[in-house]
Amino acid sequence: MDVYTFLIQVLNGLQYGLLLFLVASGLTMIFGIMGIINLAHGSFYMIGAYLAWAFAAATGSLFSAILLGLVVSTLIGVILEWTVFRRLYHRDHLYQVLLTFGLIMIFEELRSMTFGDDVHSVAIPAVFSAAIPLTDTLSYPVYRLVISATCLVVAMLIYWLIQHTRLGMMIRAGASNREMVQVLGIDIKLVYTLVFALGLALAAFAGMIAAPISTVYPNMGGQILIISFVVVVVGGIGSVKGTLLAALMIGMADTFGKIVLPQIASMSAYLLMAAVLLWRPRGLFAVGGR
Amino acid sequence: MNHSLLEARGIHTYYGASHILRGIDFTVRRGETVGLMGRNGMGKTTLLKTLMGVVPSHKGEIRINGHVTTRSQPCRIARHGVAYVPEGRGIFPNLSVRENLVMAARPGVGGRRDWTFERALKTFPRLGERLGHGGGQLSGGEQQMLTIGRALMTNPDLLILDEATEGLAPIICREIWTVIGAIRDTGIATIIVDKNFRAISSITDRNVILVKGNVVFEGDREALRSQPEVLKNFLGV
Ligand SMILES: Nc1ncnc2c1ncn2[C@@H]1O[C@H](COP(=O)(O)OP(=O)(O)OP(=O)(O)O)[C@@H](O)[C@H]1O
Ligand SMILES: [Mg+2]
Repeated sequence: MDVYTFLIQVLNGLQYGLLLFLVASGLTMIFGIMGIINLAHGSFYMIGAYLAWAFAAATGSLFSAILLGLVVSTLIGVILEWTVFRRLYHRDHLYQVLLTFGLIMIFEELRSMTFGDDVHSVAIPAVFSAAIPLTDTLSYPVYRLVISATCLVVAMLIYWLIQHTRLGMMIRAGASNREMVQVLGIDIKLVYTLVFALGLALAAFAGMIAAPISTVYPNMGGQILIISFVVVVVGGIGSVKGTLLAALMIGMADTFGKIVLPQIASMSAYLLMAAVLLWRPRGLFAVGGR
Repeated sequence: MNHSLLEARGIHTYYGASHILRGIDFTVRRGETVGLMGRNGMGKTTLLKTLMGVVPSHKGEIRINGHVTTRSQPCRIARHGVAYVPEGRGIFPNLSVRENLVMAARPGVGGRRDWTFERALKTFPRLGERLGHGGGQLSGGEQQMLTIGRALMTNPDLLILDEATEGLAPIICREIWTVIGAIRDTGIATIIVDKNFRAISSITDRNVILVKGNVVFEGDREALRSQPEVLKNFLGV
């Protein structure tokens, strides 16, 4: 492998890992803070991708499509929390798994009814459609760099939100002692609604920015859901920091697995998970309690 | 205003099938310091939790600052001007000292902003030295100061302290009692539950004794002193 091929693979691994982080960070927050296993999380990746495709077709711009898509997916998240998830907080994980599995099917059916079952592609915005030439034959698409940069910015925003804002303090406090947060006059239900909607919006956002490189197709949420759960478990359930590290590791393992050991490429992420869990049974950054 | 700040009438509370509070009447006037006493398991904490809306009452009515709060969520009740320091303190160990204080800050009823971060630190200078520490790294006394400071950050009209000095060294207890006295002098009403009969009765305006979920005595320090049999029978002092 020459140095340029290697560089390209590193960038690809980074980009995939960061995208996984956007999906998995919401998953881990929703589990870590509200104790909910949300199998329908991946559906929001799919919903985001379809919204990006539909709105881009309607408005002619991926940027407007993403803005509209964020509004719509956040609204869906809020409504879903009010109507469904709020009832699940104190339930057994089995109920959560059953109900959110049902939601996946409902979302897929709604998707099929509204958008059909075809595969769609979304154009890369013209400003980012160039590729950076590396050698005579190799080049790297600017849009992939844009995805990585965007994800990094979002990751920093999440970090800032959780570590440095009062909302973030309330979120962390609520994860440690929900009742105490309430008697301080803070509406924990509202905090939960916000966290939930934020987590789902992140997954949808990942689907939207990935749409131009991944295409838009039925059941695309399923794959990302499984690999996101792997990320969450490797990172340590509930730890956003661990999720970032795990997402990057899985991104790299998956990308390089395809090149170094193509025979077992589809297993590389799971092998990594097995190795990490043998070493640290509760993941890289185990969060106490719960 | 001669309105009571808090007025509870005929409160009955159950835990499952066990009938814990059996028709309690309990009032706190503005700026008044009330001692809530009783032996272990008599229902003091249950009464406080019922007032806070953490545990539902099955019968009776609670009014706070003119609002009926009998069925309100704890966060609504807190916003009517009540701050609760629970038994066992309830600091957030995963937040720093600074964050524990800052996350709770808000103006009180009517927009009062008497208590600020700076004032909380002035009241509890030890906390100022440990702002960056995690709440879980503090000593028991410091944790208690942190919960009281955090409660004050909500600018309450009524501060509820459940066993604030439990398990603390005598010297720390004295420090906490001094601060409670100072808080009382600022005009904040307080309900104090404590095992130390002497300390509590020396700063309270009125005392209420619970036995098995009933109020068996109500009166000021003199009334309590003049009836040693009350102390003996109901408190074991
Ligand atoms: N969560 C609960 N479920 C069932 N019973 C409870 C619960 N909490 C308290 N009790 C019972 O209710 C009664 C009153 O308890 P409570 O905690 O109010 O007493 P207390 O006066 O605060 O006592 P202490 O001085 O020990 O703190 C006790 O008999 C206790 O065993
Ligand atoms: Mg008690």
